[in-house]
Amino acid sequence: MSSYRIQGATGEWEVVIGLEVHAQVTSHAKLFSGASTEFGSEPNCNVSLIDAAMPGMLPVPNAECIRQAVRTGMAIEAQINKYSRFDRKNYFYADLPQGYQISQLYHPIVGEGQLLIDADEKGGIPQDKVIGIERIHVEQDAGKLMHDQHPTMSYVDLNRCGVALMEIVSKPDMTSPAEAGAYVRKLRSILRYVGSCDGNMEEGSMRADVNVSVRKVGDPELGTRTETKNVNSVRFVMQVIEHEANRQVDLIEDGGTVVQETRLFDVASGTTRSMRSKEDAHDYRYFPDPDLLPLELEDSFLDECRASLPELPDAKRARYESELGLTPYNARELTAEVETFARFETLLGATASAIGKPEKAVATQVANWSLSVAPGVMKSLGDEANPANATAEAQASILKMQDAGEISGGQAKEIYEIVLRDGRAPDEIADSEGLKQVSDTGAIEAAIDAIIAANGDKVEEYRGGKDKLFGFFVGQTMKAMQGKANPAVVNQILKGKLDG
Amino acid sequence: MTDFTALGVKDIRDGVAGGSFTAREVAESFNAAVEAAASLNAFIVTTPDHALAAADAVDATRAAGKDLGAMAGVPIGMKDLFCTNGVQTTAASHILEGFTPQYESTVSQNLWDAGAGMLGKLNLDQFAMGSSNETSYFGNVSSPWRKEGSNAAMSPGGSSGGSSTAVAARIAPAATGTDTGGSIRQPAAFTGICGIKPTYGRCSRWGVVAFASSLDQAGPMARSVEDCAIMLEAMAGFDPKDSTSLQMDVPNWEAALSADLKGKKVGIPREYRMDGTDEEILKSWEQGKAWLRDAGAEIVDISLPHTKYALPAYYIIAPAEASSNLARYDGVRYGLRDLPEGAGLQDMYAATREEGFGDEVKRRVLIGTYVLSAGFYDAYYNQAQKVRALVARDFENAWAECDLVLAPTTPTASFPLGDKSDDPLAMYLNDVFAVPASLAGLPAMSVPAMLNADGLPLGLQLVGKAFDEQGVLNAGLAIQQRAGFDAKPEKWW
Repeated sequence: MSSYRIQGATGEWEVVIGLEVHAQVTSHAKLFSGASTEFGSEPNCNVSLIDAAMPGMLPVPNAECIRQAVRTGMAIEAQINKYSRFDRKNYFYADLPQGYQISQLYHPIVGEGQLLIDADEKGGIPQDKVIGIERIHVEQDAGKLMHDQHPTMSYVDLNRCGVALMEIVSKPDMTSPAEAGAYVRKLRSILRYVGSCDGNMEEGSMRADVNVSVRKVGDPELGTRTETKNVNSVRFVMQVIEHEANRQVDLIEDGGTVVQETRLFDVASGTTRSMRSKEDAHDYRYFPDPDLLPLELEDSFLDECRASLPELPDAKRARYESELGLTPYNARELTAEVETFARFETLLGATASAIGKPEKAVATQVANWSLSVAPGVMKSLGDEANPANATAEAQASILKMQDAGEISGGQAKEIYEIVLRDGRAPDEIADSEGLKQVSDTGAIEAAIDAIIAANGDKVEEYRGGKDKLFGFFVGQTMKAMQGKANPAVVNQILKGKLDG
Repeated sequence: MTDFTALGVKDIRDGVAGGSFTAREVAESFNAAVEAAASLNAFIVTTPDHALAAADAVDATRAAGKDLGAMAGVPIGMKDLFCTNGVQTTAASHILEGFTPQYESTVSQNLWDAGAGMLGKLNLDQFAMGSSNETSYFGNVSSPWRKEGSNAAMSPGGSSGGSSTAVAARIAPAATGTDTGGSIRQPAAFTGICGIKPTYGRCSRWGVVAFASSLDQAGPMARSVEDCAIMLEAMAGFDPKDSTSLQMDVPNWEAALSADLKGKKVGIPREYRMDGTDEEILKSWEQGKAWLRDAGAEIVDISLPHTKYALPAYYIIAPAEASSNLARYDGVRYGLRDLPEGAGLQDMYAATREEGFGDEVKRRVLIGTYVLSAGFYDAYYNQAQKVRALVARDFENAWAECDLVLAPTTPTASFPLGDKSDDPLAMYLNDVFAVPASLAGLPAMSVPAMLNADGLPLGLQLVGKAFDEQGVLNAGLAIQQRAGFDAKPEKWW
């Protein structure tokens, strides 16, 4: 259980959270028309006769959108409903040309499923937690009103109108802003693994309606919930919960009651405000869309959907730990995002084959490089780095030299800096820039002898039991060797000379 | 100029193909008849140039020795519910007045592809809602028929009243109709012509202004069973743009026409013998049985026990779908916009729809909105859907005992315009015999049987199994041959 609590004047309160995430389905065409779904086109350029609801126009389902919803359902281990159908949700608005949204109320395509959020001690999630998913249904997006184009009129852009959305409805299983944030991040990750949604929250490809209620700790009854619409970042989702929970507690403790209502989030102030209450909520008059036959999915279609699923985050993470021997932290970080694991796996393969060892033998080295060294160098260079130079080949070649003891960790970073800046070959850089370790025992021995001679007192202290001074001698030697000495060789010779 | 207006679809097609006359001569003849019949108010707009251009194309094709289409050289009337590219399409409403589609409905395109041309867009009840053609924004259509000894304008039926009038008055050899709850069959019966509503899904709904999507079905209206067969064949076919379209080949109905009904069983549903049904209608029904028996069919009594619930269920389902289908007429993108000074979006919707829809359309939008409302949905819409399933099951059960159903098309003959316009329930009762086949999605046809004592036509209805248009057409042909119905309205216009 989360320990997230609101300290009220009358005692401790807990929060109950459910999320409805709207995820735009990745497809070239809209849910029921052939119009393009491209983002950022000129207004009203991606509009078919169907999207504009011209008289006599009829919807025809786009099989790719259905396929993506089914694959998503499979990725959250959900029941796939072989029979589903579309309903009309009726309301008037200028961004909704048909006067109804085609959605799925009564028979959604995906039933109950679940999603695992990972423990994050620091983030306030003490252990892994399973969040239930109620359903996923497919529906049309609406268009967009533009109020800044004319002094007295509003303009309508129908480009987005009819684009396929998946509405992914969680159970009210989350009890803290951190859990909700983790849920959205994990869901986004799964959607992007599956390729059913690009997860781009800034462009509105993913947005959440946040349902929040509060109750006294231990109270079995749920409180009245509010729904804050269209929240478009993980941080905002967490802010909404934080704000709503506190607002509701204050309200109740001041003798008020929470009204079941729809609210809007104001990004600037980080607060929510009422949009409409239940009393003036629309009566959507849902009924089965008579223009569309029920969707009946065949086993062969489901088999194809299942076969097309990639390895998903949880399975990949487990495999990274068990097969590659990575730490839980590394495994989690590397599998969180599609780009991260893709880069890692490419580099892992390239490095293993460059070095001639199995992947498992180099996995930790590649993981550390991928998670901390490489991003660090990239970040420190800023605009000077050309990301195109960050090829797997170049990085594998650096890791190979490091593995062979030819270069130090510091030299690896320096070489990588030059690679990122100039795109030159790492071996050539190591040679021509003198970025190689000296493993020549003669030169190292000479340097050590000089240091021992110059520091007789310290030698005595060390031999008298002050072990810590070993580091001092290493440092002095490396300094004398201008950092190019192979540390393993330095250690070995130093040990021999000091202890001998 | 020779007058070709007595000719039907088959005569024209064969005459043009055989070189007896040109398609242009035919088109000119009908264009002139249309122009001379303006007082019937059958057309909202006329398109003589369309008819001529199609005719010229057919004549050129023939001159080049190439194959001609199934409707080559036949000028037809197009119900103004079908969107026609570049030609105003209104659904007889004010809200769509002046709306000119930039696309062609699948059915009309199929007809043009088959070599037909368009005389004009035919008047109808507004958004196909009505049974008398009195709800059009563009005025009532007058039937060409009159009661003996009376000059009162008679109803041509509805909603395809422009279509029935044009065909009965010989100003078009054939016309398209649409049937949601009888809108092809009832007007055909009122005007002494044939009309068939095929199995739901035979004709694409793409580009047809929607009334009630789960019921709407296009079909031909013409003066003979053969003509209906030819034209339906041209109209029908799978359309990937309509999800409810039947993915089946279109049979060659014309070639397979046969009035020999040996081995066929025709069911007579006892529940259609309702109180208030006109004596003469019952007489025509008896006559129909005799004709079909004479054609070799066996007549059997059957039961369709949920018949009496069909009409109330229909008047829930159809308005429910309509209330949603008509939401798109909001003044935002096309058609009428009424934007009072200082109005906001909601005011614009209200003003536009208040101004743009007629009373009957508003009545049905209100009924539909009501039956779908929270708290009423189960009691009305859901219940009506259950009734619909039972009505369909009645027919399924009946097919164990018979191949076809014979019934009257309407409970009465045509009535004078204005007679029922103040009484919506009386008006709705017109569709009592037509609605069950609509709810069940079955092919159904009306063929003229006889004139009543007032000299007005009466029709007989044949309902077949799903996809068995052939069985319906064949039985229709058997009646046609025996009825010998050749009465036509005396020209007064």
